Amino acid sequence: MTEQPSLITDAQNTWCPGCGNFAIQHSLKAILTDLQGEERDLSNVVLVSGIGCHAKIADYLNINSFYSIHGRTLPVATGIVLANPQLNVICCAGDGDMYAEGLDHLIFAAKRDIDLTVVVHDNRVYGLTTGQYTPTSPVGFRGRSTPSGIKERPINPLALVLASGGTFVARSYTGRPAHLKRVLSAALSHKGFSFVEVLQICATYNNLTAFYHERVLEVQDNEEDLNAAWSYVNAWDYNTDAKIPLGIFFKEDLPPDPSRSGEKPYLGGAERDVSSAIAAILHDRV
Amino acid sequence: MRDVHTKRTFSSDFFAWALCGGVVGVDEVSVLIGGKAGDGINSAGALVARLFSRLGYRIYLYFDYPSLIKGGHNFAVVRATPRQVGAHRERVDFLLALDQETLRRHVAEVKPTTVVMGRSDRSQGAKVSVPVKEVLDRIGASDLMGNTCMVAAFARAAGVPWEILEEVIMAHITKETSLNIAVAREAYTGAIEVSPVPRAPGAAPPLPLLTGNEAIGLGLAASGLDLFIAYPMTPTSNLLHFLAEYATPLGLTVVHPENEIAVILMALGAAYAGKKAAVGTSGGGFCLMTEGFSLAGMAEIPVIVVMGQRAGPSTGLPTYSAQTELLFVLNAGHGEFPRLVVAPADVGEAYRWSALALQIAWDYQVPAVILVDKTLCEGSFSCGPDDLIQLPYVKPVSAGPKFPYLRYQNITDGVSPFIHPPNPLAVVKVNSYSHDEAGITSEDSGTATMMVEKRIRKGESLAEVVGSLPTVEVSGDPASRIGLICFGTMGGVCREVAEHLGIRCIRPVVLAPFPSAQVHAQIDGLTRVIAVEENATGQLAHLFAAHGIRVHHQIHRVDGRPFALEALIREVSGVIG
Ligand SMILES: Cc1ncc(C[n+]2csc(CCOP(=O)(O)OP(=O)(O)O)c2C)c(N)n1
Ligand code: SF4
Ligand SMILES: [Mg+2]
Repeated sequence: MTEQPSLITDAQNTWCPGCGNFAIQHSLKAILTDLQGEERDLSNVVLVSGIGCHAKIADYLNINSFYSIHGRTLPVATGIVLANPQLNVICCAGDGDMYAEGLDHLIFAAKRDIDLTVVVHDNRVYGLTTGQYTPTSPVGFRGRSTPSGIKERPINPLALVLASGGTFVARSYTGRPAHLKRVLSAALSHKGFSFVEVLQICATYNNLTAFYHERVLEVQDNEEDLNAAWSYVNAWDYNTDAKIPLGIFFKEDLPPDPSRSGEKPYLGGAERDVSSAIAAILHDRV
Repeated sequence: MRDVHTKRTFSSDFFAWALCGGVVGVDEVSVLIGGKAGDGINSAGALVARLFSRLGYRIYLYFDYPSLIKGGHNFAVVRATPRQVGAHRERVDFLLALDQETLRRHVAEVKPTTVVMGRSDRSQGAKVSVPVKEVLDRIGASDLMGNTCMVAAFARAAGVPWEILEEVIMAHITKETSLNIAVAREAYTGAIEVSPVPRAPGAAPPLPLLTGNEAIGLGLAASGLDLFIAYPMTPTSNLLHFLAEYATPLGLTVVHPENEIAVILMALGAAYAGKKAAVGTSGGGFCLMTEGFSLAGMAEIPVIVVMGQRAGPSTGLPTYSAQTELLFVLNAGHGEFPRLVVAPADVGEAYRWSALALQIAWDYQVPAVILVDKTLCEGSFSCGPDDLIQLPYVKPVSAGPKFPYLRYQNITDGVSPFIHPPNPLAVVKVNSYSHDEAGITSEDSGTATMMVEKRIRKGESLAEVVGSLPTVEVSGDPASRIGLICFGTMGGVCREVAEHLGIRCIRPVVLAPFPSAQVHAQIDGLTRVIAVEENATGQLAHLFAAHGIRVHHQIHRVDGRPFALEALIREVSGVIG
């Protein structure tokens, strides 16, 4: 085995002690280490992050990265996949990032079944901007922008992705590192749009460790049974008190469809003869 | 006034022209065809244009339509000239009316010699009445072929040989071609020659007709474009449609995503992975793109934005033209970063500068804007071999990347070597935060300063290469001390006005980095500078002022319609006395 470079950069880590982001980084690092062990070329992996505490992972992992802007991991990642479908693209997004600022892209990426993996670091709070509510914060959440508590009900992101046509829908939790690694690794090997909602502890603004500890429940993986998927997804609505299932709730392999974006016949490079094509178009325009 | 039913040459009535205050166009011809949206006015205009192409003329076609699908008034003006022009005339030689509304609205375009042809069942008062309904009924064709019928009657009236008409229909009407031919033959045979149009002097083989959108698309493709990404918006929707239609032969991936925010970010993702991407939009869509545009500046990722201006603010006049986004594109995005902005005037420039903008954007890792407008995007021009050439440009030499790889290596010319993943020797980190040479976030004061300075040096390198290009177009009388200044599509009409009035016309094609030395070299020594712009506030005049050039008079047009040649001659004459 050849000497492998470290997977961690020398950037100073500035996550708070006890932050769930460490667990996500460790899981991804462990998966990448496994890939190195299989002599797989990590230069094919690209990490795309949004902006928020979660996004610092782009600085910390020593792999190709596109540290993008708030809410826009998915379009950037889609562009990368369209340009080079051989690349394995992982989006690390925040809940504010993915479910508020960039929600439109989530629905469309699921609809497109673009082949990439989304990891949402859902701490159910805006960490980096110091503690405002997000789309998954429960009713009554008191954040700095909602001091008397929010009245709106949270969205259920898993239901949203399932309804949008997502072909890999899973939930894990930073308090269950082994589960997290297994689910992320399955997501990475899924051909198509893989969505992993990770309940992430924010030690500083929304420490739900005790709450999750009592409620999370690892369930059996489900493959193509949509009814089973819906019952997993709807078991907990991010608001009321209920058991919180963790696992792969739905997985479906769509047949490769060349009409789907990302799989269009791409004639880049030597095969194309643009000059003749232009000459033919000009001829038609006389 | 002569009887239109006698044979004579068009546009030869000098007296009538003089009375109209027009410019005598002895060897050219203008045709207006109008009707309702849904009458196929644009394609009828293109058919007329192609008849003249085959008589050896060069074409300028302006298409005017409101933002609706059925009903409303559409018209196309075709101007056929021996030498390429980029503007229409105030009055036409033929007016073809598919409805009464066309006759009502275009009274002002009619001169005593104009051959006015009207569809007999839908208009009254035309000098030549065309029995479209009878012809269609006799052939058993649907009303959709009314435009073919009118064009055929016109072809006969203008003395265009049947073979030419037949060839044009065969080549350009792909649906129900033989039925269209039958309609055309019936109409052609029944009509009479009224005012024959001679072949253009020194007639050359017919040239292709391209819209500005098509020319931009072909220029980008010629330069190695890989992806075109756009959300539909007039006036660049047809660029999306055109490249989608020809995606396979041109080797392109064409994508229509959820919105313009996705559009520009997908383009940046693709460019990071090494594929050349362009996007198309108009002002409203570009508003949504500006955060991504800034990201391109910070992360130093090339992207081409085709920005087709239309009249705003907001939804404005969606299908009408404007030059209101000059200062917007020059300043778009937050933070400071170098960019390239080019504003072509016609299809030749659109092709050449789109091709070059793509190369420069990639060589200098900057966002580039191709600033056009509805008049150019959706107007058609003849396009000769001289139009589709490569501009002289020398690619800068790079020392190549060093390893361990530093994406933002602090290099003298500011252009850090860009490796695109996957590369087994390089971890490629791009970043929207201020970053160190490796691309890792750094808020350190020294690093932040170093990176700002690196980007500024890159801008200087860009300005240097732009300075070596033919960035300023000059026309008119070089001895005159009066000069018009303009940008983009105003170039066509301003050149003709300058030639007519014996003054100069100076037009920068590149607007950022501003080719200050080249512009000064042309302007210094003028005693009067007159800006002509399709906006209300004089945005080009502001830009010139910022570069120390005084603009003495400003002429504006703000209704979304292009200047007719004679209208601008009057305005400029009013200023220069
Ligand atoms: C367009 C834009 N709006 C607002 C911000 C400010 N901002 C930075 S991070 C953030 C929220 C982060 O929350 P989340 O995505 O949940 O990430 P976390 O910090 O919790 O990991 C906001 C609003 C921004 N960077 N860009
Ligand atoms: S604020 Fe919360 S999410 Fe951010 S680093 Fe601290 S613990 Fe982690
Ligand atoms: Mg969050």
